[in-house]
Order: sequence, then C-alpha cells, then structure tokens
Amino acid sequence: MAAIALPLSRRTRASASVIPGFGLTLGFTLFGLGLIVLLPLAALLLKAAGTTWEQWGAILGDSRVRSALWLSFGGALAAASINTVFGLLVAWVLVRYPFPGRKLVDAFVDLPFALPTAVAGIALTALYAPNGWLGRVLEPLGIKVAFTPLGVVVAMVFIGLPFVVRTVEPVLQDVDLELEEAAASLGAGRLQTFARVILPAIAPSLLTGFSLALARAVGEYGSVIFIAGNLPGVSEIAPLLIVTRLEQYDYVGATAIAAIMLTISFILLLAVNLLQKWRRARMGG
Amino acid sequence: MTKSATRDPLIVRWGLTLLALAFLALFLVLPLAAVLVEAFARGWDGYVRALGGDDGFAAIRLTLLVAAIAVPFNIVFGLCASWAIAKFDFRGKSLLVSLIELPFSVSPVISGLVYVLLFGLQGWLGPWLAEHDLRVIFAVPGIVLATVFVTFPFVARELIPLMEEQGREEEEAALTLGASGLATFWLVTLPNVRWGLLYGVLLCNARAMGEFGAVSVVSGHIRGLTNTMPLHVEILYNEYDFVGAFAVASLLAILALVTLAAKTALEWWHRDELVATGH
Amino acid sequence: MTRSLWIDDIRQVLLSIVVVALAALALAWAIPGARAAETKVLLNVSYDPTRGLYQAVNEAFARSWKSRTGEVLKINQSHGGSGKQARSVIDGLAADVVTLALAYDIDAIADKAKLLAPDWQQRLGHNASPYTSTIVFLVRKGNPRRIRDWDDLVKPGVAVITPNPKTSGGARWNYLAAWGYELNRSSGDAAKAEAFVTALFRNVPVLDSGARGALTTFAQRGIGDVFVSWENEAVLALKEFGDGFEIVAPSVSILAEPPVAVVDKVVDRRGTRAVAEAYLQFLYTPEAQEIIARNHYRPRDPDVARTHAASFQPVRLFTIDDTFGGWTKAQATHFADGGVFDRVVAARK
Repeated sequence: MAAIALPLSRRTRASASVIPGFGLTLGFTLFGLGLIVLLPLAALLLKAAGTTWEQWGAILGDSRVRSALWLSFGGALAAASINTVFGLLVAWVLVRYPFPGRKLVDAFVDLPFALPTAVAGIALTALYAPNGWLGRVLEPLGIKVAFTPLGVVVAMVFIGLPFVVRTVEPVLQDVDLELEEAAASLGAGRLQTFARVILPAIAPSLLTGFSLALARAVGEYGSVIFIAGNLPGVSEIAPLLIVTRLEQYDYVGATAIAAIMLTISFILLLAVNLLQKWRRARMGG
Repeated sequence: MTKSATRDPLIVRWGLTLLALAFLALFLVLPLAAVLVEAFARGWDGYVRALGGDDGFAAIRLTLLVAAIAVPFNIVFGLCASWAIAKFDFRGKSLLVSLIELPFSVSPVISGLVYVLLFGLQGWLGPWLAEHDLRVIFAVPGIVLATVFVTFPFVARELIPLMEEQGREEEEAALTLGASGLATFWLVTLPNVRWGLLYGVLLCNARAMGEFGAVSVVSGHIRGLTNTMPLHVEILYNEYDFVGAFAVASLLAILALVTLAAKTALEWWHRDELVATGH
Repeated sequence: MTRSLWIDDIRQVLLSIVVVALAALALAWAIPGARAAETKVLLNVSYDPTRGLYQAVNEAFARSWKSRTGEVLKINQSHGGSGKQARSVIDGLAADVVTLALAYDIDAIADKAKLLAPDWQQRLGHNASPYTSTIVFLVRKGNPRRIRDWDDLVKPGVAVITPNPKTSGGARWNYLAAWGYELNRSSGDAAKAEAFVTALFRNVPVLDSGARGALTTFAQRGIGDVFVSWENEAVLALKEFGDGFEIVAPSVSILAEPPVAVVDKVVDRRGTRAVAEAYLQFLYTPEAQEIIARNHYRPRDPDVARTHAASFQPVRLFTIDDTFGGWTKAQATHFADGGVFDRVVAARK
C-alpha cells in the first residue's frame, strides 16, 4: 500500500458517517479507560493535590529527588536515541537484506517484550558485573557499566529495543521501491535517496517508536534496580525513590514524585501525538 | 524490472547486516544466554528439580489465570477503541489516544501504587471493602487489575494505526450494499487487521505473564496464593536459589520464544495471502 | 478474491485465542495448588531471611496444634523487606501475625493503621522478641584486608557492602551498630559517631535496596571487601556460597531484636485470635527455641542457648533502648528524611 496516498484518502472523508457502533465502542472505550486507568490515576493526582506548597518546595528542592528525575528522564532520552539509531538499522537490515535466519532474528527482536523485567535485570547484571562475561572485558578498559548510570542506560536500551524496530518495520516494507528507483534514475545517490525519499516516509513511525521507547524507559523499574547500584544522587532512578518513600510510609512524598513523573510523561506523549497530527496535516495539505 | 538502482553495494549490505546482528547479539542473545546458562548450571536434573515444588506450581497457575482474564479483556477493549478512533472523527481524539497509551509511560511502580491508593486500607474504598470482607489488593483481583492496567494499550496500540491506514471505504461500501454493522465488522474489518490483532495479543500475553513491578506492589507475596511467576523468580533469587530463579525465568523466556515462533509459523503458512493483502 | 478464506482465518485466530484462554483457565484449575480445604488458615507476614525458620516452626506448630485441638492448620507465609511488608499490612494485607525485622515497623502498623494496640511489645516476653541476632562481618577467605573490628571498615580503600538503611530494616541495624560502637568508644560524642558513620558509608560502593541484593552483590558479583550482615544471614551465606568466605565478629555490636505480634483487628475479624496467640507463644517453647537456634538465630531460652553456645561467637552487645532510646527515637533522628543518614549520604559524594 502506498503510504503517500493515504493522507489524500483521509482528506476526502465525509463528516457524517454511515458506519455504526460509534456510541457503543466509544462508550466501552471510555468506560474501560475510566475504570482501569483514569479513576486510579485520579486517586493518585487527588492525593498529590493534597500536598501543600511547602511540601512541594521541599520535594523539588531535594537534590536527591532532582537527580533521580534527571537520571530517569535523561537516561531514557539517551536510551531512546540509541534505540532509534540502532532500531532503524535493524529494521532496515531485516526488511532490505535477506540473509539466512532472518525470520529467526526478526522473531527474536520481541524478546525484551517477553522477558520479565526482573529477569532481564538479573541477566544484565550477571553480564556486566565486574566478574561477568562482558564486565570482565570492559573493566580493564576503564569502562564500568554495572552499578553506574551507564548500567541504567544499558537496561533501558534493552527494554526499549523492540519499539523502534516494530514501528518502523511495517512502514519500511510499504515504502515504494519505484519511488526509490525514480529518485535513482533522476540521478540521486543512494544516501540522498535515503535522506530525501525513505527517511521522510518512515519519520512518523520513527518518532512513534522513539516516544514509546522513551516512555517505557522513563518508568522502568524491574530491570534497572538490579544493575543500577542505586546510589542516592548518582544511580538512583525516580521509580525507586517512589518505592523508598512508600516503605518509609511517606505516602505524600511517593505520590508527589509519581505525579511529577506522570505529568512529564503525559506531556511528552501528547507532544509526540500532536507532532504526528501536525505532520500528517502538513503532508496532506 | 531493474533492481540495481535500489540495491546497495555488497560491502554496505554486509557491513550494516553485521552491525545490526552484533547489536542484537550484544543486547538480546547474551542476556538470554546468561539466563539459560545459569538455569542449567546444575544440569537437567537440577533444572527440573528447581521448577518443581507446590509454590512453583501455584505461581504458574496464578500466572495462567491472570493472563486468561487480562488478555480477553484487552482484546475486546482494543477492538472497541480502535473502531471508535479509526472509523469516526470526533473532537479530542488525540487526547483519547494519548490517554489509552498512558499506561505505557506510567512506571509499573505507579501502576501498583494507584490501586493501593484506591483499594488499600488507607485508601478511598479500602475501609468499605474491609468492612464487607472483600479483598481486592493482596488477592487475585488486585493482581488482575494491575495486569490489565499495564497491558491496557497493547492491543489498541497495534490496531489503531492499522485501522486508520485501512480507511473506511471498504466498510462504507459493505454497509451501502446492505451488510449489517456487525457483519461488516466481522467480514471486512477484522480480516484486515487480524495480523495486527494477533501480534498485539501475543505482546499483551507476554507482558501479562511477565509483569513484575506493578504486581509486586499489590501482591502481598503470600506463598502459594498471590505469587506470580515473575515474583517467584524474585523470591528464589532472594533465597540465593539462583538455579531455581533462572530456571523459572527460562520457562518464561521459553514460553515467550514459543509464542513468537508460533506467530512466525502462522505468518509463513499464510504468506500468500499476506502478499495479496499488501502486507 | 479469497475473502471467504480470510474469514476462516480470522475465525481461526479468534477461536484459537478463546481456546488458549480456556485451556489456560482449565490448566490453572487443574494444577494442584493451595485450594485444598483447610480447617484453619493463618497468615504470617514476615521479613526476608526467616523463611527457613518459619517453615520449620510452622510444621512443628501445626503438629502440636492438631494434637491439642484436632484442627488441621495451614500457615501461609509472606516474606519481603521488613518495611515493605509492614506497608502491605497497613494497606490491608490480612496478616494474623507479623514477625518483622524491627519494632519500628510494627509500631508503624499500630500507629498508621491502628490494627493493633500501641502496647503490643509488652504482651509477650523479652520485648516480644522470641529470638535475637547481632551484626557481624562477612569477609573473603583468609581475610586479606585483615578486618577485625568496626574501625577497620573506615580505613581508606576498604570497600564495605551494606544495603540502604532507608529501605532495609537490616541495614538500619548495621548503621546503628556502627554508630553505637563509635559512641561507646568516644564516650558519647555524637559528632564523632556521625563522622565515623560518614567515613564508613564513604567506603560503600553499591547501596542495594535490600539485604538479599546486597549479599548477592558481595558474594556473586565479587564487589567489596566486607559485607555487614545479620549473624544468621552470614551463617546462611557461608552455607549457600561455599568456602570463599569467613565470618568475623566485631568486639562490640548491637542486640538485634526482631519482634513478633498478633494483629488484633485481623484476628478478631477472622476469628483466629486463639490460634494466632498460641502460635506466637509457641515460639518461646523449648521445642521452637531449638528450631530457632538451628536456624542460626540466638535463642532466648537459657538452656537451649547453652546447648548451642559453640555456634554463636561471643560479642559484647548493647541494646537500641539503652543507646538510642528506642526505635521511634532512632528512626526520627537518623532515618527520617532530613535526618542524620541523609547528611551522611550527602557527605559521601
């Protein structure tokens, strides 16, 4: 299916539709969403709303909280960027270069979705610890992965890896070879074709994959706590800080940090969705 | 047809392929290998022994039960949501999509926390539930709820872009020709999105069986009653039973690999139609 | 057009999903689990290292309860970090009895959820702690760093492994033991004690959230020269991880008293008070004390203690009540946000 033709067909939509079931499906969607997601999250936000300004000041003024939030979001940004580059590469190779065992590799990409995060954390720690398979090689080179912020990024790369591959792959499959051929016959080099023809076509899916990988990495807990070392102010992630606050019966502190994370995450997601919409509108017009 | 224009030089193909494979080997194969090597550290007998025990069976049981509830719910929800979003125009659609995706970006820890705030003894509904001797958290319902929460976007997320891409001409044509709404959905829409649906279900199932953070917060960790397989892994790990921990972990990993293999096989069998449908 | 074929496919896919879901349900039902009808069920919510101990105790108590009353008793166990377990009970985990790492966690249950009377610690003998332990060092074989006492831990270049006192009950005992040692040595100079503990935590390269993770870091990952640990955990580690380690007892340490209590509101609602109280009293009997000693906790019973004297190293012990004025005070001074421990961590950077 030609990806370029899509926005055109979308523009011709009539506003009054003959398709039925709008009320039923939207109703159930809102019901499920409300009951499972929004109501519990509202409980959280209401609880956080009970926090006084002084408490907010104390929480945000705490350097430990700030560095944990910084590590969670900064680390996730780094991991999502790595995943965007390598995810695109993997998707490209899987779609364009047939090689023996390609199907197997393709199926394998989903492993981080399937492997429980705690297991991933244990496995990665076993690999990157100073006496692990990889740690043994990296340590003499002065590269410390386990129990440093770098280890946090490694775990985040692992759990976010399939997102970019899986969102880019189908779009890449749909990119019209004829367009590429046309570009080539007009004298474009291979890199130029990639940058001018292929990249624009897959950019939205790349962005979606990036945002999903980012969102997942920000909140990741199970795999990160094993490899992070959890030194306050150095390699302590925000979700761990929530758990720590909870275990000290500090519900206010826990919900406040949770609310901050939630807000930032939601703004990020909304921004990406709006960007997609804007992009589509621009392409369509 | 001349392909040479779209074909990269051999050295580029090989270079990129090797780079991609090296990346995957480093980040996917090695951790999996580590799990399996650790699991079989005491040989096959040790592996089988590590899996046994009543607590282990109870954990497998509970995990299956939770997935059997959470996955069908998500299928129904995902179909409804994607139908409403893809086939109709309404205000606030972006917001709705963002809200559906929200559980993706909510830390699992927070997912558990919200149910504690809602159903916990110190929460909104907790005192009322306790009075009527109803258990939600620290019991199976809480674990199911937390699992549904974290797997909430999986099916919808797969279907929405797919249905949007398909447009609605086919449905409109079917309806104009006199097909009922349900028949249109069943005969036109569903066949078009079946692979996306299947993929979403597989991912949803894998996450439902593997969820750790959220379930850990609401489980209560009662042995034989509220421990799922991932929690059992943690418990064994914490008891220094590394072989046992990695054995249960490998079971989850193998389970995942089997479902992925099933998906691949299914696609292979139906590859002719996949080509025909333009995939 | 192969439309009909697609319909078959989608039916197939949906059908297989339904079949798999049903099969999973059936399988879930068929696998033997804890569904068997027990006459009475008790839930003991405890902390991490007590699993082996309570498995043995539960078996013995169920036997004794059956011979006394004829009732079949099933005791469920829940284990995890002490603070996390207490929070679960506060949030509604229906524990008949709690057996946690420190009195502060049970105080929190009494205080925040009012599930038991504030005077719970007076209801059973020995501060409601039927067994004790202390804090010792686990070092690598041959003790290459020659670690003998607390002041060896603050020497530059010595890497100390301890979990985070904020999240681990056991680590709070570690911290207080070190503090008490220096306080004792400097005859009560709190500033010196703080400097000492700061120096100690400057030597901590990894701060795991729980004792179990910390021991794994030390034993499996090979990080650190000394692991500060409960005595029973150190003995267990020797057994689990083999010959690579040995235990060093410091000259002075803290008397760790893990307390037990019946959760009043829960047992009254469930009608299990009699059996829950009998269960905790059973812990003080010679039979249970013997099991306790064999699981490397220090028994309270003097006769049992004498029999097992050889397995416990002599250490001069101080109590938290004498040195810190009790748990509530220690918690507020040291571990609350903005407390001394936060200063210690801030200074280690």
